[in-house]
Amino acid sequence: MKLKIVISRIIPYLLLILFTLPIIIGYVWILISTFSTRTYGLLPVDKDGKFGGFTLSNWSFLFEPEIWIVTFNTLILALGLTIGVVIVSMMAGYALSRIKFPGRKAFLSLTLILHAFPTVTLLIAIYFVLRWIALIPVLGRNIPIIGGFGYNTLGGVILVSIAIQLPLGIWLMKGFFDEVSWDMERAALIDGCSRFRTWWDVMLPQIKPGIAALSIFSFIQGWGSFIIPYTYMVNASRATVATYLNNLLSETAPTNYSMLASVGLFQLLPVLIFYIFTQKYLLSIFAGGVKGAA
Amino acid sequence: MNEDNISIYQEEKEGLDPIKRIRFRVQGKIDWFWFLLPAIVLIVAFFFLPIIITFFISGTNMSTATGFQNWKWIGVKSYQRIAAHPDTLKHLWLTIKYVAFTLVFFNLGMSLVIALLTTHIPRRAGFLFRALWLLPRITPVVIYVMMWRFIAADAPYGILNQILIKPLGLQTQNWLPAAPFLFIVLVNGFIGASFGMILFASAIESIPKDLMMASLVDGSSYWQRVRYVIIPHLRWPLLFVTTYQTLSLMTSFEQILVLTDGAYNTEVWALWAYQKAFSTYSGNLQWGFGTALAAILVLIGIILAVVYMRYFKFEELVQEPKIETL
Repeated sequence: MKLKIVISRIIPYLLLILFTLPIIIGYVWILISTFSTRTYGLLPVDKDGKFGGFTLSNWSFLFEPEIWIVTFNTLILALGLTIGVVIVSMMAGYALSRIKFPGRKAFLSLTLILHAFPTVTLLIAIYFVLRWIALIPVLGRNIPIIGGFGYNTLGGVILVSIAIQLPLGIWLMKGFFDEVSWDMERAALIDGCSRFRTWWDVMLPQIKPGIAALSIFSFIQGWGSFIIPYTYMVNASRATVATYLNNLLSETAPTNYSMLASVGLFQLLPVLIFYIFTQKYLLSIFAGGVKGAA
Repeated sequence: MNEDNISIYQEEKEGLDPIKRIRFRVQGKIDWFWFLLPAIVLIVAFFFLPIIITFFISGTNMSTATGFQNWKWIGVKSYQRIAAHPDTLKHLWLTIKYVAFTLVFFNLGMSLVIALLTTHIPRRAGFLFRALWLLPRITPVVIYVMMWRFIAADAPYGILNQILIKPLGLQTQNWLPAAPFLFIVLVNGFIGASFGMILFASAIESIPKDLMMASLVDGSSYWQRVRYVIIPHLRWPLLFVTTYQTLSLMTSFEQILVLTDGAYNTEVWALWAYQKAFSTYSGNLQWGFGTALAAILVLIGIILAVVYMRYFKFEELVQEPKIETL
């Protein structure tokens, strides 16, 4: 009888560990591999296939200038996406939550439809939009750092990323604004605040957790995004860390997996750090539904 | 004195009560337009315009051969070409198989199992496992796919060969070309499962405690409880996950692009469209044909998205602003 109880207690854990194993193995492999000459399965080995071969040489890619170019680009992309999504969503979310205007319901429905709509199907057409933007003088392709907002510029990639993230951001921000007390806003308006000042000085401080959640989420999305820079940047290997890594992945011989794992870990670290420390914030967004990757 | 101050001054002189004063300040203004403007510009430029462009270019023969100037209007010829294309059935069947398997075994099956198991064990342990299951979703896609490629890699490097195949004495090989379909399902499934897992777990946790207690008192086994108490409670989230994930699976191709680039017969419909328009492999980028392939998905996407919104009564979530009513 006692044994039966013990077994029924253990079975769920065994099943969970079994099902979760591929995920755990993937991460363990990355950790082991980065510090090994090569690995047989999860076993670190040296050149002759004997156990050992610990090394830091896989990290020599850090001394190549290319990695820092792509890291800088990726950082700009992630920050640009974050700032853009947060500001535009904060504005639209406020109007949708707090202001009565003709077509409000329609706009909200539209936001939801766009949220469910699979944006990846529009990638080909967006290519043409970006080409048109590139024709605009200055805005198109003559801005320092981000290059511009057209095709084959970092700014263009940022703009597309913002747009794709927007339905989720607006919906999320609207939800947070809905929770703020109406009395506070009324008081501000009665005291003669304009709508913009009410929004900026009174409302925004009330939804700081929402802003934090959306910022972290957007940053992670931008930092790891692959398909958009891969599609709209001509020289993909010099675009972002993700496209750089993909380039290595499709070129190098499989024996060089240790170096790939190191580049991977390099890109993974900020994501993991964010994830570990801000899980609760992020969970609120995942529960709201994330699309894209199935 | 700026405009605001003048209006306040007038209101005070007229002795309006606070509510009327708000109405006075709020009504007839188009503040909302300025708040919405950036969002509208982006939505028009990157949703509306591309949808129109997709359908428009699908009616042309535009490709790198014709360039952006010398293309011709060919009407529905691209669609006729799709209907007659020898590969169409192959891609269609693969897409259906891929969506069905991933959905049933992972986005619904695995996510339900993980949700049941993690709500069955103590809270903290359950939370830890759910956090692990969220990792694939949060991991940058190239790294995530790289992990799977190493799991499948040839002996003596690959993990699958080293841990499972060799000890069993079976023939080692690179499993990605050997079982490509299995791997596209696994790679997408391990990401997709976390979506349902979160929704199911929170639905299970919200089942009234007395209901669970009553079934315990009645002496029902765990399986009976799952069958007669938990599953009926999950009907709504199950339906939601099924519909929502069908659409996103049908159009997803990013993971497959990184994993196989469409090799070994893994070119699902969405990837086929993408490759036709962007892959320089064939030398000629067929934008017209590619957008026609994509247009079919866009159309399905629009219809399903609208249907979902109606069906799941999202409108009830939309409350009226109360600023003018106390």
